[in-house]
Amino acid sequence: MTVRFFVPGPLREFSGGRSEVALPTSPGTLKEALEELAREYPGVARRVLDEQGEIRPHVNLFVGGEPVRFAGGLETPLADGCEIAILPAVSGG
Amino acid sequence: MKTVKAGALEARDGDVLLLVGTMKGAFLFRSDRSRRRWEKSGPHFAGRSVYAIAYDGRNGRHRVWAAPKSLHWGAELSSSDDFGRKWTRSEVPRIAFPKETGAALANIWQIEPGLDDEPDRLFVGVEPSALFESRDGGETWSLNEGLWNHPHRSKWMPGGGGLCLHTILTDPVRRDRMTIATSTGGVYRTDDGGRSWNARNHGIHAYFLKEKDPEFGQCVHKVTHHSSRPERMFLQHHFGLYRSDDAGDTWREASKGVPSDFGFPMAIHPHDPDTVYIVPLQADEFRCPPEGKLRVYRTRDAARSWKPLTRGLPQKDSYDTVLRDAMAVDGEDPAGVYFGTRNGWLYGSRNEGESWSAIEENLPPITCVRAVTVRGLKKARPVRRRRKAA
Repeated sequence: MTVRFFVPGPLREFSGGRSEVALPTSPGTLKEALEELAREYPGVARRVLDEQGEIRPHVNLFVGGEPVRFAGGLETPLADGCEIAILPAVSGG
Repeated sequence: MKTVKAGALEARDGDVLLLVGTMKGAFLFRSDRSRRRWEKSGPHFAGRSVYAIAYDGRNGRHRVWAAPKSLHWGAELSSSDDFGRKWTRSEVPRIAFPKETGAALANIWQIEPGLDDEPDRLFVGVEPSALFESRDGGETWSLNEGLWNHPHRSKWMPGGGGLCLHTILTDPVRRDRMTIATSTGGVYRTDDGGRSWNARNHGIHAYFLKEKDPEFGQCVHKVTHHSSRPERMFLQHHFGLYRSDDAGDTWREASKGVPSDFGFPMAIHPHDPDTVYIVPLQADEFRCPPEGKLRVYRTRDAARSWKPLTRGLPQKDSYDTVLRDAMAVDGEDPAGVYFGTRNGWLYGSRNEGESWSAIEENLPPITCVRAVTVRGLKKARPVRRRRKAA
């Protein structure tokens, strides 16, 4: 089993138009998964993370439906086969 | 002036182009040299703010640069070689701080093509305050480490817009010289091609600091100069208009005749190094036109005196603001002068500011305006349809 990313519409031009991408490896943490995502889909990863590798302030990541802000951030452990959802925060004006 | 909406702009040689950045995207306008009727395209990058926009017409290019920033996905550079029909979007954003700086790009505030005879050189000013340079036409960029490692930098403080490097002035006479301005931090100049930088704020008063005349820390809103006389500079400070005749070594106040010495934008006439345009605002908190009168002020004598230009502009109950990069001049004669407001009005003058009219209203809040005459554009060839073989 692998980890899957849900890619939101604005970033699909960097995922070959796909709404879901699966990683070929089984990363143990969210950080490892994002590093793998950066190798496979750099355009997606660099818009989720800034150049210092931090999650952008108005991007929400959910692992298995749980927001990672309250579950360990980048060190959030991943279960085999889990889904990581990338969602823009409800912010703006 | 009339404006019509166009799906995509069909610019012709000699057209005047207006590039307008807003908090919700960018708009492009074109007109022939009469500047009576404008075509508009946009919004480009709908939903993203555009705080910097520029035109690079060097070396046969007709390239529009823009810096769209998504609240969610960050800021990046994008360019178009066909007046906005298609825009580039890099897989990985081209402007990024090196890992060892620990900094992350917050926004791009200025895009400045370099000197005409160095057509592959460009500069951008960003937030947090830093200067990036490209030597390959904008493909790759590097951080100016001389400025980044300046001992003052850690003491610069963000202004209302953030800690941004918003002004970049190249010097065609002393080619290793460049002047930048950052809010707040003030004016800095290099004379050795960017290796070292020195504060150039002597004479600029900072009422908001403990020391009235500090070496740095001034809240400079805009600096301008003319390429034919680059050592003569004009500066709009957070209170105070200033002039320098020695490329910023010393500044003296030049606020005589304005209803307020507070404001943001400053634009220099395309053919006269002593003619400058500003828009005074009531300060410090209100930041709307004094007495509700939206007035552009112009000096024709190097800021010894300023006169209001009001014809066609609202002269009562105007509660509008013009931001630091939202004013521009074209290269025509008589010069066109343009500015955009936070209430989304784009004004233009075809006669050096003597009279004004609205080119467009109800745009999103306007953050930046640039004007340029398109030169060297090859005439579009009519498309011939191939006959089918019999």
